[in-house]
Order: sequence, then structure tokens, then C-alpha cells
Amino acid sequence: MKKIEAIIKPFKLEDVKTALKEGGFFGLTVAEVKGFGKQMGHTELYRGAEYQIDFVSKLMLTLVVDDDMRDKAIEIIVEAANTGKIGDGKIFVSSVEEVVRIRTGETGSQAL
Amino acid sequence: MNSLNRNKMKSFTFFIGVVLAPTSLLAGELGASELSTGNTAWILTSTALVLFMTLPGLALFYGGLVGTKNVLSVLMQCFSITAVISVLWLIGLYSMAFSEGTAFVGGLSKAMLNGVTLDSLSGDIPESVFFMFQMTFAIITPALIVGAFAERMKFNAMLLFSILWAIFVYAPICHWVWGGGWLQQMGLLDFAGGTVVHVTAGIAALVTALVMGKRSGFPNVARPPHNLTMTVTGAGMLWVGWFGFNGGSALGANGTAGMAMLVTHISASGGVISWSLMEVKKYGKPSVLGAVTGMVAGLGTITPASGFVGPGGALLIGLIAGVVCFYATNYIKNVLHIDDSLDVFPVHGVGGIIGTLMAGIFCSPALGVFSGFGFAQGIDSISSQVYVQAVGVLATGTYTGVATFAILKVVALITPLRVSEDEETEGLDISQHEERGYYL
Repeated sequence: MKKIEAIIKPFKLEDVKTALKEGGFFGLTVAEVKGFGKQMGHTELYRGAEYQIDFVSKLMLTLVVDDDMRDKAIEIIVEAANTGKIGDGKIFVSSVEEVVRIRTGETGSQAL
Repeated sequence: MNSLNRNKMKSFTFFIGVVLAPTSLLAGELGASELSTGNTAWILTSTALVLFMTLPGLALFYGGLVGTKNVLSVLMQCFSITAVISVLWLIGLYSMAFSEGTAFVGGLSKAMLNGVTLDSLSGDIPESVFFMFQMTFAIITPALIVGAFAERMKFNAMLLFSILWAIFVYAPICHWVWGGGWLQQMGLLDFAGGTVVHVTAGIAALVTALVMGKRSGFPNVARPPHNLTMTVTGAGMLWVGWFGFNGGSALGANGTAGMAMLVTHISASGGVISWSLMEVKKYGKPSVLGAVTGMVAGLGTITPASGFVGPGGALLIGLIAGVVCFYATNYIKNVLHIDDSLDVFPVHGVGGIIGTLMAGIFCSPALGVFSGFGFAQGIDSISSQVYVQAVGVLATGTYTGVATFAILKVVALITPLRVSEDEETEGLDISQHEERGYYL
């Protein structure tokens, strides 16, 4: 099983969610996060006081999928979250050791 | 308050007393000594509007501009100033400001409103109503200063400072300008508080910011307003409340009140437009905070002039206010690096100063479409009027500066003015009040 963590632009959430659902993925966790990459931050100006805001607001989506679904999930997210402009985000993929469904105690792929 | 009208009214009352005006028709027409229900109704309304400016208007305006960890401290400062000054106003401040006394301060004959009954009149409104209306001005003036020392002053030091300041600065200056004191006798035109409210609050803010020192990290650490929505809400209340502030200062429901409201509104609009245009010119985009700050600049600047100038003059005053206060704010913050946290001096102080001076120009009846409604009694030219206005600004500003400095030094002998560095980092809400504004 693979964990896919995607950092995306906040306004792309609906597109990504819809595309994933249409692609047969069920189950998604979203967190509001802040960070910076090559895009860097922006400046804000309050009555002449200029502030450099380094951390930009993003959303981080987390979903865990079976190994054979990994590439499809990545493909869907890349397509749906892409604007072609700097700051579109990144996807991190890692292996997951175990998954447990709390209600039934099922484990592994069955728990997904 | 309209010193011009008060003077006229005084001399008229005198006239009646001496000549024994023969018909009640005359007295009724001019309403010198009988209660006017219409006037009373409007001043009752104005009183509510001006209190609404402080609570919650100014409190929200300021509260949104500070950080999440200090929002309650600012609300609490505005609230407690309201309560404490109200009680002091009853005990003695009203008497110091408005009872018979010297040219510099009133006496204590009306302490605790001694001798004031249901039938006591001030002009043609009940004295209780006049007391309440003026009280709301005494409340908002020290509340304005809160913006200068926000996010770092100890609560007990703030209270003590506000009390002493109301006694030794506000009450005497109010007497100078509105209570029959020397500036009123000189013919200073200050309709609703350019000197009494805005110069005093602005200069006190500047002195307080200098004596207290900068907030830790200023100007390098980002301190963006935590909730501009709250600030804009408060700003809207200030705009509406100002109709009572300036319109009520006519002390009657009449043409002067109507015109004061009109010029107040036009000047506020001018301030919004010119400040926004300055931002577009300098930074490319107009900000919401800039728009509401321009509004306050336009309102503060028209305040002394509001009963004396016409619509054309008001438009110029508002437009000028937005530009001058914009530059003043940048200069104080980015060149002088003075941490007047919420820009009280560059907006209220500078606005009050230029407004008081411009009142002396645009009150002139000979400026065509920019004409006003005449000079003070015994004054017949712009230059003599502006001279009196300048004396008023210099006298009130200098006295306020010196007295505020002395008061801060006295308070510092009793309690530290500032919270500790740790408390400042933790925020005033927790360190001074043991509560938080937000549990989200």
C-alpha cells in the first residue's frame, strides 16, 4: 500500500476531489497547511508597513491506495491540480506498513 | 460644540435679561430659555451615536488591527475607559470643563451635578442631556490614545494614565475651548473637537509612543492586523456615529446640524477617495485598510470645521486629509520609526491640526463655491482667523504634550508602564486578563 500526500493550491481542491471520485478513489483527508518552495511568499502592505509573508497557504491531501492504483492516483492529481504556474505543489509517495479499520478490526487492503 | 452659537446665545440671553424682551413670541422664536423638545430629541440621539462610536465602533476598529493575542486587551481598554471616565465625569470632570471658573479651568460647583434638577437647562436642552452628550466626547478622547500604546501597556498603568489624563488634559482644554475659557473668548473655531479631541489625543499618542518605546521586534517583525473584517465593521460604525459627533455639536436640530452632517459625510468620502488614490499611485493597489483609514482622516479633519464650512470646503478638506495623513503615516512609521501602534498621531493628530487650520480658511464667506458661514465674532479676515486657529493648535498641542509626558512619568513611579517582555510575547489577553479572544 502507498500513501500519497499531495500539496496543492487551495482552490484546486474541488477539481482534484471530483477527479479522484470519478477515478474510483474513495477516502481522502485534507489539511490546511502553510509552507514555501520555489514560489516563495508574497508581500503584504498595511498602512505603509510592508511585510514579507514567507509561508503560503496550501492544502495537503492524504490518501492511501493499493500498490497497483498508485500511478493512476498520481496521474489524476497531477492533471486536476495543474495550472501550469509556479506554486502548483508537489506529491510525495511513501510505503505504508499497515492499515486498520477501527470499526471492524480489518487490516491491509481490506481496510482501505 | 459651536462656540460661535454659544457666544451668540449668551449675548442674546443677556439682551433679554436687560431689555426685558416684551413678547414671548420673540423668546419662543429664538428658543433662548425655553426647553426645545426637537433640539433635545436630536441631542439625545447624538449622545447615543457618539457612545456607539467608542462602544463598539472604535473598540472593533482597533481590535481588528492588533494581533489575536491582544484583541481582548484593546476591547477591555475601551470598555473600562468608558466606565471610569463616565464616573469621573459625574464626580468632577463635567464641572471642571463647563462650570464657571477661571479662563483655564472650571470650578467644582457642579461636582456630582450639584444643583442640577430635571428642569435645569443648558441653552434650550436639559442640562442632563448636555452632560451626557459631552461625556461621550470625554470618553472617546482617551480611548483614541489606546491605539498608540496597544499591545504593550500594563492594564493598571493604562487606567491610571487615562484617569490622570482626563483630569489634567481633557477637562481643562475642554474648558478653554468650549467651557467659556480663554481660547473660546479669543474666537477659536472648533466645532466638534479638532483641538479638544483630535489634537489632544494625537499629541498624547505621539508622546506615549515615544515614552513607552517600540513593541518588541518593531519594525522588522510582521504584525499584520488579525481581523480586517472587524476593523471595517468598526469603521462603518465610526462613520455613522460621527453624524452625532459633528451634527450633535450644533446643540440643536437645525440648519447648522444638517450642514454639519452633510460636510462630515462629504469629507469622509473625500478622505476615502484620496487615500485610496495615493495607494494606487504608490503601490499599485488600493487596500481596504487604506480606504477606512482615509475615512477616519477625513472625519477627524472635518471635525473642527464641520459647523463653519460649506460642502465645497468640506470636499477639499476631505481630499487634503487623505493625502496629508497618508504621507504623515508613512513618515512616522518608515522614516522616524516611531511605534505609534495604530497610527493615532498621523491620522487623528495631523488631521485635527490641519482641520483646525483649514476651518479658519474655509469658514470665509467670500470663497465662491468653497465658502463657509463666517468668521468668529469680532474677526473679519482669513488671516486673523487662521492666526487664532494656529494659537489654538499650538496651545492645546503644547500643553497636551507637556502634561502627557509628566503624567506618564508620575504613573511610572507607581507602576511600570509596560508589561514584561515575556508577557508581551505571550500577549496581553492572557497576561493581563487571563482569557483569550478566540478558541477555534
